Amino acid sequence: MTDVLSNPTRRSLLAGIGALTLAPGIVLMAPQPADAAATSGKRWGLLIDTTKCDAGCNACVQACGAEHGWSDPTHGRPDQAPKWVRKVDVKDPASGKTASLPVMCQHCAKPPCVDVCPTGASFKRADGIVLVDRHICIGCRYCMMACPFKARSFVHEDIANQRPGTPRGNGTVEACNLCVTRVDAGKLPVCVDACAGAGKGAILFGDLNDPNSAIAKRVREVAPARLRADLRLDTGVHYQGL
Amino acid sequence: MAKTKMPFTTLDTGPHFYPMLGVLAAVAAVGLGSALYMEHHGHVVTGMSNQVVWGLPHVFAIFLIVAASGALNVASIGSVFGKAPYKPLAPLSGLTAVALLAGGLMVLVLDLGRPDRLVVAMTHFNFSSIFAWNVILYNGFFAIVGVYLWTMLDRRMNGHSGKVGLAAFLWRLILTTGTGSIFGFLVARETYHSAVMAPLFIAMSLSFGKAVFLLVVVGLYRMEDREVGDAMVKRLAKLQALFVAATFYLVVVQHLTNLYTARGGEVEHFFLGSGGVYTLLFWGGQILVGTVLPLILLLHPGFNTTRSNVLLAAALVIVGGLAQVYVIVIGGQAFPLSLFPGMQVTSDAFDGTVGAYDPSLPELLLGLGGAAVALLIITVASAAFRFLPASLADAEVDKHHAEANA
Repeated sequence: MTDVLSNPTRRSLLAGIGALTLAPGIVLMAPQPADAAATSGKRWGLLIDTTKCDAGCNACVQACGAEHGWSDPTHGRPDQAPKWVRKVDVKDPASGKTASLPVMCQHCAKPPCVDVCPTGASFKRADGIVLVDRHICIGCRYCMMACPFKARSFVHEDIANQRPGTPRGNGTVEACNLCVTRVDAGKLPVCVDACAGAGKGAILFGDLNDPNSAIAKRVREVAPARLRADLRLDTGVHYQGL
Repeated sequence: MAKTKMPFTTLDTGPHFYPMLGVLAAVAAVGLGSALYMEHHGHVVTGMSNQVVWGLPHVFAIFLIVAASGALNVASIGSVFGKAPYKPLAPLSGLTAVALLAGGLMVLVLDLGRPDRLVVAMTHFNFSSIFAWNVILYNGFFAIVGVYLWTMLDRRMNGHSGKVGLAAFLWRLILTTGTGSIFGFLVARETYHSAVMAPLFIAMSLSFGKAVFLLVVVGLYRMEDREVGDAMVKRLAKLQALFVAATFYLVVVQHLTNLYTARGGEVEHFFLGSGGVYTLLFWGGQILVGTVLPLILLLHPGFNTTRSNVLLAAALVIVGGLAQVYVIVIGGQAFPLSLFPGMQVTSDAFDGTVGAYDPSLPELLLGLGGAAVALLIITVASAAFRFLPASLADAEVDKHHAEANA
């Protein structure tokens, strides 16, 4: 994989293709040059097929925690522990229908967390990824009050053993960053890989703006639901079969 | 007949002054120590969590900030609405407002995850953030009330106090609208998202600010055995009753609006019936202690004749007000977010369950520290500058009142 990405000829070939489908649900994305800015031509998003997601499976959560370090042991109470992604079990009391699905930052096109952040630490990249700039986050937690999805966590204590690609800090707020460094390097978010690795293939990642991308095609095909669609935040995470 | 100005004096540093100062400084120091403790260990030592992200410090901070704008009201009534009997108290009213705001902001800032980055908040503005607006509104409040105090205390500037007073009055209305909108604009939370939050916070500010101011006036004058006339206390008591009633009216509107809808029914069932400590604080604290009892003490002819009952009513308004802010801030977060409306949800991140919150001692001490800082500022400034009318005896106030009308 490294060889493929470091070979300029092959890299340019991949960039020309845009994305290469290796298997259903597993897409190799073309890497961006290291100094390339995120572009509004893209809108990264996820499509989660809840019919393939098992209540007993936690692979995406575990992979995310290991990748970014948020699931490392802490000294706090369980309700103080960070949760970048969590599995939520949903039951319709009327029909008895159940579903189990991962909930993370929904990477809204109109994110309330970005609106309320006093310093601009919460921001949305041009390609739709919502992030927190840890350098100017003052830890006011107003974004956590504003997020409809309980997607954000406050770091309640000092952090050791930080992962190189994931800066974190006591007293600041954090959330799913859609594995932005991996995406910029042409890889998939770890939850997508982990889900496929667990044999589920329930999470599809891609460019919602590209009508030929697998995710855009599937969105057109199955008209998936979005969480709190009534709020019209134009979320980037879609749920099929909910 | 030549008009005579009401003489103003400083607070005497008599036998009660330094012990009082010592107590306040000690409480403030313990509050600062608590903030250091929380800063050193992180919020892991507090009762706050990822569900209840704003805890007891925010309750104190919001109470003090809301009360600050209300405390200015006595000055506004004198300057803007031309009620002469209130004019002698206008400088102290402005001082109390500034002091309460300073105390509240101290708590708010020290409860930040990164209080060391305060300068970032002052230099990076996201103008779509109500928090950022509030940073500007709070700083502006200090500036405008500062100028207002100048126009009142410096005889050469007296002629401008009306115009500056009007500016301060309008600014404080906008400021409290901003504070209420911190909650009212939160579209995701059924417990907050309502336009009534802004006027409710304005009514709360008038009520809490008046209660604090009443106790400050009587407290300062009692320290020196100076007289405060019954008529003055009665005037303040009447206003207090009016503001308690106005707050209650908006609380009724707030809850009726929710009760009328099927969606809001769950929220109301939580606050009014099944919410445990929040239900108890609503009925027992906010309604009984903070509304019903003060109204009886202030309006019933059998009770409102004694000064101690008026002061008791003011104290109850403060206790009930803290309960109200607790219910709004903490209860509003404890009620679970509805990600899947109408569905039953469970997760290991406490989805669908009422958020637990047990305030820790450092949080309480930080909050009390903020209140102590506010009182410390009032006490020290009163001793350093001439904020206090020499006498608030009815005869004196009425004499100047009559002269002002002559």
